[in-house]
Amino acid sequence: MSILEIKNLRASVEEKEILKGISLTVKAGEVHAIMGPNGSGKSTLAQVLAGREEYKVTGGKVLYRGKDLLELGPEERAREGVFMAFQYPVEIPGVSNTYFLKAALNAIRKHRGEKEVDAVEFLKLVREKMKLVKMDETLLRRPVNEGFSGGEKKRNEIFHMAVLEPILGVLDETDSGLDIDALKIVAEGVNSLRDQNRAFVVITHYQRLLDYIIPDFVHVLVEGRIVRSGGKELALELEEKGYSWLEEEASALATA
Amino acid sequence: MQAVVERSSAEKNVYVEGFKALEAEGLAESEALRSLRRRAIEGFEALGFPTPKMERWRNTNVSRIAKAQFRAAERPGEVRRESLAPHVYDGTGRMVFVDGFFVPELSTPLKLPAGVLATNLVEAKKLHGGLVESHLGHHVDFEDQAFAALNTALHRDGFFLYVPKNAVVEEPIHLLFLGTTPETAAYPRNLLVLEDNSQATIIESYVGLTEEAYLTCPVTEVSLGVNAVLDHYKVQRESLAAFHIAVQQSWQDRDSALRSHSISIGGALVRNDLNGYLDGEGVSCTLNGLYLVDGKQHVDNHMRMDHAKPNGYSHELYKGVLNGSGRAVFNGLIHVHEDAQKTDAVQSNRNLLLSKNALAHSNPQLEIFADDVRCTHGSTIGQLDDDAIFYLRSRGIGEEAARSLLTYAFASDIVERIKVESLRQDLEEYLFTRLPRGEVVRQAV
Ligand SMILES: Nc1ncnc2c1ncn2[C@@H]1O[C@H](COP(=O)(O)OP(=O)(O)OP(=O)(O)O)[C@@H](O)[C@H]1O
Ligand SMILES: [Mg+2]
Repeated sequence: MSILEIKNLRASVEEKEILKGISLTVKAGEVHAIMGPNGSGKSTLAQVLAGREEYKVTGGKVLYRGKDLLELGPEERAREGVFMAFQYPVEIPGVSNTYFLKAALNAIRKHRGEKEVDAVEFLKLVREKMKLVKMDETLLRRPVNEGFSGGEKKRNEIFHMAVLEPILGVLDETDSGLDIDALKIVAEGVNSLRDQNRAFVVITHYQRLLDYIIPDFVHVLVEGRIVRSGGKELALELEEKGYSWLEEEASALATA
Repeated sequence: MQAVVERSSAEKNVYVEGFKALEAEGLAESEALRSLRRRAIEGFEALGFPTPKMERWRNTNVSRIAKAQFRAAERPGEVRRESLAPHVYDGTGRMVFVDGFFVPELSTPLKLPAGVLATNLVEAKKLHGGLVESHLGHHVDFEDQAFAALNTALHRDGFFLYVPKNAVVEEPIHLLFLGTTPETAAYPRNLLVLEDNSQATIIESYVGLTEEAYLTCPVTEVSLGVNAVLDHYKVQRESLAAFHIAVQQSWQDRDSALRSHSISIGGALVRNDLNGYLDGEGVSCTLNGLYLVDGKQHVDNHMRMDHAKPNGYSHELYKGVLNGSGRAVFNGLIHVHEDAQKTDAVQSNRNLLLSKNALAHSNPQLEIFADDVRCTHGSTIGQLDDDAIFYLRSRGIGEEAARSLLTYAFASDIVERIKVESLRQDLEEYLFTRLPRGEVVRQAV
């Protein structure tokens, strides 16, 4: 079954068209990597999937498990199992990381018709997942992301994902700025959830991550279009040759 | 012009008559205390009600109070013991005042160590006249503050605390002031005297048991001896039609500490003047405040900290949540005298606007006459952060709940600083019930 079907998606921000017709199908059990130069529209695609209102969809559609995703508000998407790990996670003063996560988990469970977790169950779950991402327990009590280092913020995103157990995880450059140990932890977070019922879209600049999260498909996004798709070898080719050859192809395509 | 003068004197007359009536009752007071009242009413006659032309009243118009011509209640309204339940705090001793009168039947015995005097003010004037005389009206400036003058002239009762040297009052004392009779005025007068090395915790709460308009005009004077510590909490939950105009004046000797918390929730028109005089080396004064306004509520917090001696510390943090067409005014002045070197003063006012029609005025000011000090001030007026709301929503939290969670976080920052557990829990609970989708917040925290 398809988890995500993006068909000829167009989106603009502040009247400027960023996504110029993207099509992509992600099936259950798959991991898709999206690579591309700065400003090509990778985060825009992720934000559109998460439901950010500033990004206006001007054409095409997105189906999530057969349902129109674009009709749902951001919280409804999350409750249906979509998770977005942000490129730049927001700091939220005054809201502790645990409170936040408990409210999120309970909102999702309520939506699924499950019982809300009590304090004891929650703590047990959180402890277990924290070990997985090797996160310091003090980060739980602190306000969400406030004063966290860049690496801690990224790890916190993976920690949230591990607790919320989404069906579709979209990771926007979660590996950027991480050392190799932290990168392995991020990969471990994804791999531990990876199964026949879930899927992941992993946005990255670096082939390195894909040594640890082995993708089924790699797509290259240039100027708002997917200009090439392939298997994991494509990432290696990009590592070697850069994007310029694809960018030339893309501009030829755009003027054609 | 003539008409205006006539009206303003008519407005004053009700209060002057009130004073004459009080005098005619033949209050059992010393000549010194009676002359204090006389000086105060003369002061009020000279001052009249403040007008928006006066700098300190620029953003708060009290003409509605002047026009309303409230008279003091003749007797306390009927209050059943059961109706107190939502307004009392566990683990505290309680003194209850109704419409300005002390009501012993509603009060509970206070747990006091030997030597501590804690009674209603009428009783204190009889039993400890000398002590009362040497403090009452000595700290607060009623020559320049009309409402302090009114209170000094017209107060009927209030609370008197005297903690002798080295004594510690462990159990918090809760002063509950109830407004029950529409169209009346009450002038509670509190005097808190803590001698050297002593300590106490006082909660003043003001609650309306009527939906109608009335005026509460309290004055609290605080005197802290060397190294004394006072935790002071004020909770203002008057009726939404009520006027509450309060003055608090503290005077602090060397190394003493005042930790003041002011929570303002009720009232149609509320003004708190909070003045502190740091008159010894090493004095510390912490002022935390939270105000919530909605509908057409108006709340004004005016503070003045005088640093008169070196090494003083004053930290003010006032936060406000404004909804509906609510108005808030913050005016904080830190005045550092020439001798007050090494003063450490921080003043911060943060306003969260939840609606388009809410409006906040914030005006923190520094007047510094010493050259070696660390003084900072700042104010913010802003909305909830859209990025934060989106982040919460993208994890499954509904928009309304996300807003409430962020608002709660903003407000609970002040509530969390309250050390009396029963009071803190009561206020947290209040926030949960007041915020939309508060149950989500309650479960989360
Ligand atoms: N909120 C916004 N307002 C205005 N322009 C935006 C906004 N978000 C993105 N853009 C513009 O859209 C284009 C695509 O940006 P996007 O962030 O999607 O790129 P990206 O592929 O994620 O880049 P990077 O690799 O640097 O993260 C850029 O030109 C960017 O400036
Ligand atoms: Mg990006």
